This record gives sequence, C-alpha cells and structure tokens, in this order.
Amino acid sequence: MIRYVLKRIIIGVLVVVAVTILLFLFMQLLPGDPVTMIAGERVPPAKIEEIRRSWGLDKPVYLQYFYWLSHVVVGDLGVSYVTKLPVSLLVFSRIAPTLQLTLTSLVLSFIMGIPIGMVAALKRGEGVDHALTGFITFFYSMPSYWLGLMLMLIFGLYLKILPVSGSFSSQSLILPVATLTLPSVATFARLMRTETLETLGEDFVRTAWAKGLPMRRIIFIHILRNALIPATTMFFLYLPWVVSGAVIVEAVFAYPGMGQLFYKSVLRQDYPVIQSIILIIAVLTVVSNILADLLSAFLDPRIRIGGRRE
Amino acid sequence: MPLLDVKGLKTYFYTNRGVVKAVDGASFTVNENEIFCLVGETGCGKSVTALSIMRLIFPPGKILSGKALYKEEDLLKIPESEMQKIRGREISMVFQNPMNSLNPVFTIGYQISEAPTVHFNLSKKEAWKRTTDLIRDVKITDADTRAKCYPHVLSGGMRQRTMMAMMLSCNPNLLIADEPTTSLDVTIQAQILDLLIEIKKKRRMSVILITHNFGLVAEFGDRVAVMYCGKVVEIGDVTTIFRNPLHPYTRGLLRCLPIGYKRKSKLGFIPGTLPSPIDTPSGCSFHPRCEHSTKSCKLREPELVEYEKNHFVACHLYER
Repeated sequence: MIRYVLKRIIIGVLVVVAVTILLFLFMQLLPGDPVTMIAGERVPPAKIEEIRRSWGLDKPVYLQYFYWLSHVVVGDLGVSYVTKLPVSLLVFSRIAPTLQLTLTSLVLSFIMGIPIGMVAALKRGEGVDHALTGFITFFYSMPSYWLGLMLMLIFGLYLKILPVSGSFSSQSLILPVATLTLPSVATFARLMRTETLETLGEDFVRTAWAKGLPMRRIIFIHILRNALIPATTMFFLYLPWVVSGAVIVEAVFAYPGMGQLFYKSVLRQDYPVIQSIILIIAVLTVVSNILADLLSAFLDPRIRIGGRRE
Repeated sequence: MPLLDVKGLKTYFYTNRGVVKAVDGASFTVNENEIFCLVGETGCGKSVTALSIMRLIFPPGKILSGKALYKEEDLLKIPESEMQKIRGREISMVFQNPMNSLNPVFTIGYQISEAPTVHFNLSKKEAWKRTTDLIRDVKITDADTRAKCYPHVLSGGMRQRTMMAMMLSCNPNLLIADEPTTSLDVTIQAQILDLLIEIKKKRRMSVILITHNFGLVAEFGDRVAVMYCGKVVEIGDVTTIFRNPLHPYTRGLLRCLPIGYKRKSKLGFIPGTLPSPIDTPSGCSFHPRCEHSTKSCKLREPELVEYEKNHFVACHLYER
C-alpha cells in the first residue's frame, strides 16, 4: 500500500512539473508584453529595457522557467508585477475564501445529489423521476456565469433579499454557493441515478430479496453501499473542477477569492500570480486524484491494493 | 398434502416488443422431503416459475394469475410483509451465478449472518456462531477466517457453497436451486450437488432443482416436471418418466441423451426451434415440432390429465 502511494506521489510530481512547463510555454503565446504592464505607458525605451532586465524577462524562456521553478521549490512564488507584493501573500490570503466557497458547495452538492439521484432511480419512470431528471438536466446544462447572473437578477434585484456581490456577511455567500452548487448537485444526482439503476439490476440485490430482507435494508445497505463508491470518488475528482469553476463565479459575484484574483491577474498579465494559481490547482488536482483512488480502494475491497491476503 | 401446490401460474413480461409469456399456466406440486426437478430448455420459464413462487418478479414482469399454496397460504396473495418472513426463512433460493449473486463489498460472514439476524433477531454473537457453523456445514475449512473474506477472493465453488450457507441459514423447508452448478466446472459441480443432497437429507427439507440436465434428474430427482413454453407438459416420478415418457416433447428430450451402451444409434433431436415467447403457437405450443400433431392440437390447448397414478401429461394423445 505504501509503495503504491509513493508511486502515485512520484507520478503526481511529474504531472505537476509537466503542467508548469506547458504553462510557461502558453504564457509566451499570450498577447501583449508584461513589461508595459509593469512600467505603465509613456516610459522611455531605455527604461523598459532596464525593467525587462531587472525582472529577468530578457533571458530565454527555459532559463526563466528554471529560475522560477528553483524558487517555487523552496516556497518562493515570486513577486507580482502589478502590486509588487509577494505572490504568496496575495494568493494565500485568497485561498481561505475560495475553499470556503468551494467546499461548502461541494459538500452541499454531495448531500443533495445522492438522495436526489437515488430517489430518481428507485422511482424510475414515475413522475418523481421525470421531475428530478428534468431538474438534473436543466442545471447540468446551464453555464454558471449565466446562472449566476439570473440568480443575481431574481434574488438581488427583484426580490432584494440577498446581496449581489462582495463578501461582507455570510448572506453574501448564498448566491455564489448556489451558482456553484446547482450544476454540481445535478452532476452528483446524475451519477447516483445511473449507479443506483445499475446496482438495482445486480444479481446480489435479487439475492438480498431472496433472503427476506426488508426493502429499507436492501436499499440503504446493499444498494447504497455499492452505488456510493463512484460518488465518493467523484467528490474528490470534482474538487479541482469546482475550484476552477469558482474563477467565473467569483468574478461574477466580485467574491474576494483566488478565482477573482486569477481573473484580474490574467487581464493584467501578472504572470507570477497566474503561474502560482495554476500551480496550486494542478497540485490540488493531483492530490485529489490520489485521494480519490485511495478512497475507492478503501471502499471497494476488490481493488484493495496489497491489502491483507486471505 | 403437498408442501407447495402451484396452480395455473401465469407470469408475463410487458416489454416494448410485446408480451413475453414466460410462464403461462404452469401447475405442479412439491411434496415434503423430496427433490423435485424442473427441466426444460433455456427460456421455457423454469427460472421465472421459481422467482414467481418467491414473488421476486419486478416490472416489467407481472404475476397475472394462479396460486402457489404453501402451508395452506397462497404465496401470491399474502401481503409483502408476510412474504418477507417466508423468503429466506421458509423458502429460499440458490441462484445460477455465484459470482454476481454475492455482494462484493461485504464479507461473506456478514452476508450469511444477515438473514438469521433479520428473521430471528439474533445478537451479534449468536449470529456469528451460527454463521461459522453454517460455513462448516457447507464444508468450507477454516470457517472463522473465511467468514472475514470478501467474495472476490473465493473460488467459484466456494462462492456457491457460501450462497448455500446463506440460503440455509434459517433452516428453510423448501430450497429452490436454480441451475446451481451451471457456471462451475464439472468436478466442482459434483461436489456441490453431493453437498446439496447431503444437507437435504440431514435437514429433511424439500428441494426444487431447476436444471436442463436429465442426467442430474435421473441421479438425484424424486419427481420431475417437464416444462415447455411456460407450461408443465408432463409430471411424474423420475423412474416412471424415464421408463415410460408420454409427452412427445419428453420423449424427444430423452432421445437426445447419449446413452453409453447404445453407441451405434444416432443421437436423436427435436426438429425445429423453441418458438418465440412473444408469439407462442396456438393450441398445444409444441404442435409445430410434434410428429403426432393433429388438427385439434392447433386449435385446443391440452389439459394436464392423470394418465396413470401420479403421472400427469398434457397432450391430446392421452386425453380420454
């Protein structure tokens, strides 16, 4: 088991390194020059060259990359071009609000999605199923920026019951969380519906009936325990998705999280900040994947790796 | 007084392509302490008959009519809560495929202990004791460690033993074994059947053995019912049926058996194929394949009549 985890971690580190290389290459393709962003307009060309040199932007890309990487490894994420503040300071002050937003939304999606999917599957073909499947499809296919705007319009402007932006009270969390949650509730519900339907048709469910078990025991023990495996794995696999999704939602709601910082930094070509945030998301993705794998191995004895040999 | 009396059982499946008459008026009785065999080709309704008795038919399937009298109670009429008390406790069922019939995420000990815990309200300790005893009963060595195993680490034969332990856990009066050995290899098949017979003798229970293997019927069966297109066409003692098969279908089936000492003769066959269950032939459903087919076979369905004592047949040839 430990060997397997180590292997996964090593592969994970390689993936993150590959992501940063790609990231560096793509940054070169971005239009515009960060130096003009740093210096501002109407600066003499000599001054521009001086800035370029002092930020190390005159070096070849691969040297820039190794310079950056060697600093990242020791925990130095660089300095923002625009604010001249250390990136670590900028980013880490934004992580907590983003995690608050995304984890709340993820936990809510899980708690709501599982029962919705199960009920839809158990009432397959009935009115309840059609209603829930309609709900699932509706929110599953809705782009989050539009959903965010509509929620703002309804609850903020017409009903005037919720603040439309910022993060000044716990109330201001409601709309961004809802915008992130509704589509992912749909994702979990959809997965759970499919899994429950599949499990319902399994021979072991028939065995459970044949043993004379009551229906609630069959549903909550035999079916749920099996159908939950993919959903719990999904919880972790989905975490980086929700964090990335938060970029748009935070921008729409002017929510002071990492996503909004990312959005602004892209507009300002603030490379060190962009790189750091993508690095964080890449690490998060790799870690969630490992966690998802370990969890599914824990939940499903068939894929327990190197476990007790019986 | 038979243990189980099935009368005119009809179970249909309402599919998009039409109504599948899986069981279409099957009648038979099972006596106490006997091995009753249900034979027929694949798709003749053997399994559905068994599942109907257990009331384990789910949509699009539906039990249309008929009776299944067990201890003077009609299993098809009693409320679901009563049926739950009968399943696993009075009547239980071993399925064809032990691979998929065990829940992969629970230990076999847990799965065996479940039914007695639910039916008899046993404490954890009592249930565990019963479970390990059962595992020993089905001849799995090292019961205490095996009980903690998950199904996927067991061999096919062990899984089927586990399945039997599970279904015997509440001492049922009737065990339905639906082709319990089909997915196992030949040596294991023999072991499992021997075990089944041994347990049957020890516990004095009745067994409905569903099979398409006449060899098994001859070896283990007391009485046998031959099914064709969802109906029982002939029923009687195994020795009687083998000595004097009446229905042309039964005769055809027996002619298909390779018999050791008659090597020179060619193996028989029944012309034609099993008709589609959606569009079964009129009258006697066997008439398109029957060499004795007459006009009345096409028009009228023959009734199951007693030809000699305890030997019933549904064929116009024997109607008086």
